[in-house]
This record gives sequence, structure tokens and C-alpha cells, in this order.
Amino acid sequence: MSDRRRKRNRYDRADKSDRGGGTEDKKESDVDESSPVIQMFKCFQKQLDQRHDKYERIVKLNRDITIESKRAIFMLQRVTVAGDCSDIFQQVDEKLLAVEKTKFLEIAKEIEQEDPFQFLRAYSSGLQEYIEALSFNYFLKNNSLIKLEDVQARLSFKRESSEKTVDSASDGQVKDANPDIKDPIMDVKDTNLDNVKVTNTDGINCSEVPIEMDTTDSDLSVYIPNSEYILGVADLTGEMMRRAINSVGSGDLERPFEICSFLREIESAYSSLGNANREVNRKLHVLRQSLRKVETACYTLRVRGSEVPKHMLIDMISKTNINQYSMDDSVVTEDD
Amino acid sequence: MQHENNISQVFSDYQKYMEDEQQIREEIRTVVRELEQTAREILTQLQSVHQTNGIKSVSSICDKCVPMFETVREKMASLNSKIPVNQYYRYNDQWRFSLQRLAFLSAYLTYLQSETLVTRESVAQIIGVKVDRQDGFHIDLDDYLMGLLQLASELSRLAVNAVTAGDYGRPMKIAKFVAELDSGFRLLNLKNDSLRKRFDGLKYDLKKVEEVVYDLTIRGLKPAE
Repeated sequence: MSDRRRKRNRYDRADKSDRGGGTEDKKESDVDESSPVIQMFKCFQKQLDQRHDKYERIVKLNRDITIESKRAIFMLQRVTVAGDCSDIFQQVDEKLLAVEKTKFLEIAKEIEQEDPFQFLRAYSSGLQEYIEALSFNYFLKNNSLIKLEDVQARLSFKRESSEKTVDSASDGQVKDANPDIKDPIMDVKDTNLDNVKVTNTDGINCSEVPIEMDTTDSDLSVYIPNSEYILGVADLTGEMMRRAINSVGSGDLERPFEICSFLREIESAYSSLGNANREVNRKLHVLRQSLRKVETACYTLRVRGSEVPKHMLIDMISKTNINQYSMDDSVVTEDD
Repeated sequence: MQHENNISQVFSDYQKYMEDEQQIREEIRTVVRELEQTAREILTQLQSVHQTNGIKSVSSICDKCVPMFETVREKMASLNSKIPVNQYYRYNDQWRFSLQRLAFLSAYLTYLQSETLVTRESVAQIIGVKVDRQDGFHIDLDDYLMGLLQLASELSRLAVNAVTAGDYGRPMKIAKFVAELDSGFRLLNLKNDSLRKRFDGLKYDLKKVEEVVYDLTIRGLKPAE
């Protein structure tokens, strides 16, 4: 092998001088631009370039989605009980919606005629981040886990112009019936509509080419494999931990307990999964650490809650968490 | 608690999803193993071309191989039936290598038969798959190209052995063929992936064939055209 390598190196050096003259000669004599082989490869060149370009475009969108989702999560971390949470929620809803209606729609268009798994790797990280933001938003409002179907529904786009009228009718009813309900899905529909209108007027010329509408009648969507969803949910737990600790800071002493029990359920659900893949296992490890932190915080709250004023409690909880960090490692290694 | 059922539901769905996937992967693995077995048999058969007396009986060796591809087509059909619609790329790492190998074998066979470069369409036809994704189980462009690159290495070996066997005309043709293949590949803008790595080896194959031609030429062994 090493012998061969050496040989190759020699060739390599010789190559340059040799090849320069050699190929030029060939271009004149052997390599005929119109030969079928060259023609065939020109065709391959186009195909490859097209696919690579598409991949790169999706990667770019993916990056944008990741950034926007991260911002949404940060905004949600600022939600406090007393303060203007409805305002923040509205902003987050708008942000998530904007991501769906621009970035994800773009991706959906890119992968429309393709195998959903072919380009999954290009947008997988953004998708997980988005699921994390969305489910965090949903949890803060509804105290439960968003369903995969609901997420999928948000990333499925309708193209029909007729959809517009139907939607606006039903939408009005919904609004009247329960104006205060905090269901994000409902909220979405509101703003959703405006966006659909916008795209219809300036972009897709559906009024002009009705025939094309029929052929592309099928809905656009970004398919979410179950595994991506589960990974997104695993990321969510880290945010929940942060939220639990912060909520003590903002004076909400009930939140940590709610979150704690929620995390416990998720943790036991993850543990019950057999033959999980490596990525899931890695996230499960982080999840256990987060859970431990929240449990310690809850413990402190319970034990000291009655005797210490709130503002001191905050200090204590953040301190126990620092201690917990160093403790964690030893505990975890013991577990393993 | 309200969300408890929700969570266990979510996770039991996922568990089911994983089990289904495992099941499919298992089935694919079985078929792919059979495919590989057949591919090996074909390769062994085609390798006999390198024998001294093999080079003189190329066409009979090819004839023996042709019916073996029938088995490949059968296996491909069964593999195709295992894969859910639109999920080719979910599992494709499992058969990718075998498909490349088969693309190579059909390219090799075609070359030995007619000394032409096999098209993607005929590869698809020989091994019983489609060219376009829309039509069903297809051969990826990358895999086809990978097969062609394997062909180049095999031919560079054949050029050497042809000389040993006293066939001085063959290396000339091989050199022309590989050179054309090389200039074809040069047109492609490859990403930094496995295909690119394999392509980087192509120049050494070309080099080797050119050396054989050189050796023959300076010794006056080059047959008159």
C-alpha cells in the first residue's frame, strides 16, 4: 500500500508536466466536442449543477429558519406572568408565521416534486429548531405538548385561490365565538389569511393561468418525519428547564412544578423507547440533566419557600443550580 | 392530568414509527444481500477476461453473464416492492453500494460487448430499474457515475493484462475510451463528496493506460490501424 502511495506521488508530480501537453493534443484530435460521450456528460453536468444549487438554496433557507426560531425562543423566555405576555405571544406568533410563510414555503416549493427524504439533511437542523420554538410557544399557552399532526398542518400550504374565501368565512366565526382563546392554531389562521392574500396578489398568477392550478392542485408541504419531531421535542426540554428557573425569578412559583412534572413525563416516555438512535440518546442525556436541575429547584422551593422572601429564593435557586452542575457529572457517570 | 395521554400517545406513535422503519430496513437488507451475492458471481465471471485465454474468448464470457442479469432484475423488482412510495432516499444508503457495483458491471459488460460507453438508460434497463425518480425505483446519477469510474480502473487493469496476453490492439482502444471518459468527467462540477474522491483517482487510471500505450509504441508493437 505504502509502496503504491509513493508511486502515486511520483505520478502526481510527473502528471502536471505530462498532462498539460497531452490533453491539449487530445482536444485537437481525440476529444470531439460533439461526440456522444461528451454530449452525455454535458447533460449530466446540468443535472448535477441543478441538484447542488437546489441543495445550497435549501441550506440557506435552513440557516434563516434556525436564526428566526432561536429569536422566537429568546422572546418566549422573556414572558413573565405579570407583564405584557400577550404582546410577546403575538410577536412570536407573527414571527413563526413569517417563517412558515416565507422560508418553509420556499422549501416546500423547492422539494415539491422530490423525494421528501432526499433533501432532508439540508433543512433538518432548522426544522428541529423550528419545532422547538413552536412547541415551546404551544406549551406556554396550553401547558401541553403540540401534536405532530398540528405541526405538520402548519407546514402544509394550500395554493387554491378558492381557499381564501372559505377560510375568511370560517375565520370570522372562530374569532367571534372565542376571541380570548389562546389556541395558536386559531391565531395562525388569522394572520395566515393575510399572507395567503398577499402571495396570491403579487406572486402566483393563479387568476391568469387557471389550468396550471389544476395540475398543481396538490398541497405544498414540508414533510416532517416523526424522528425529526421527536428530536425537536427533546430540544424543547432544555428551554423548559431555563423557563422553570426564570419563572421563579419573575415570581411565578407554580410554573417550576408544572414544568417539572411535564419534564418527568417526557423523560419517562423517552426512556421507554427501545432501540433509539444515537442522536436521541445524546439528547436524552441532556434532558436528564435538565430534569435534575428543575427537580432541585422544586425541592428548594418546597423546603425553603415558606421561610424565605421571594427575592432571596431566586438567588438560592440559581446557586443550587450552579452546585448541581458539578454534582451532575459525577452522578451521571455513576449512572452509566 | 390532561397532557399525560398526549405525551404517551406521541411517544407510542414514535415507537411504532421506529419499529416500522426497522422492519423495512430488515427486509431491504435481506434483498440487498442477495443482490450482492449475484453481483459477486457476475464479477467473478467477468474477471476471467483477465486470464490469458480469457482475453480471446471475451464474447463467450459476456454471453455467460447476460443471463445472470436476469436474476439481478428479479431481485431489483423485489427490492422495489419493499420500499414505500417516495421514500427512496430514506433507505438509499442501504443499497447505494450495490447499485454502484451493478452499474459498474453493466458498464463493463457493455464495454466488452461493444466497446461503447453505457448510457444511464441502458444501465437502468440492464439491472431493471428506472432512470427518473418519478417512474419508480431509479438509479441515482451519482451511482451511475460511480460505476463508470470503477469501470475506468478495471479497464486500466485490462490494458495491462491484454498486453501480457499478446493483444496489442486492445490497450489502444482502451486508452481512447478512458481519455474520453476523463474529459467527460472533467466537465462536471463535483462537490467534495465520495464521487469527487473517486474521480480524483481517474487520472491515475488514465495515466496507467497511457503508459501501456507508450511502452507499446516505442517498441513498435503498436498494431497498424
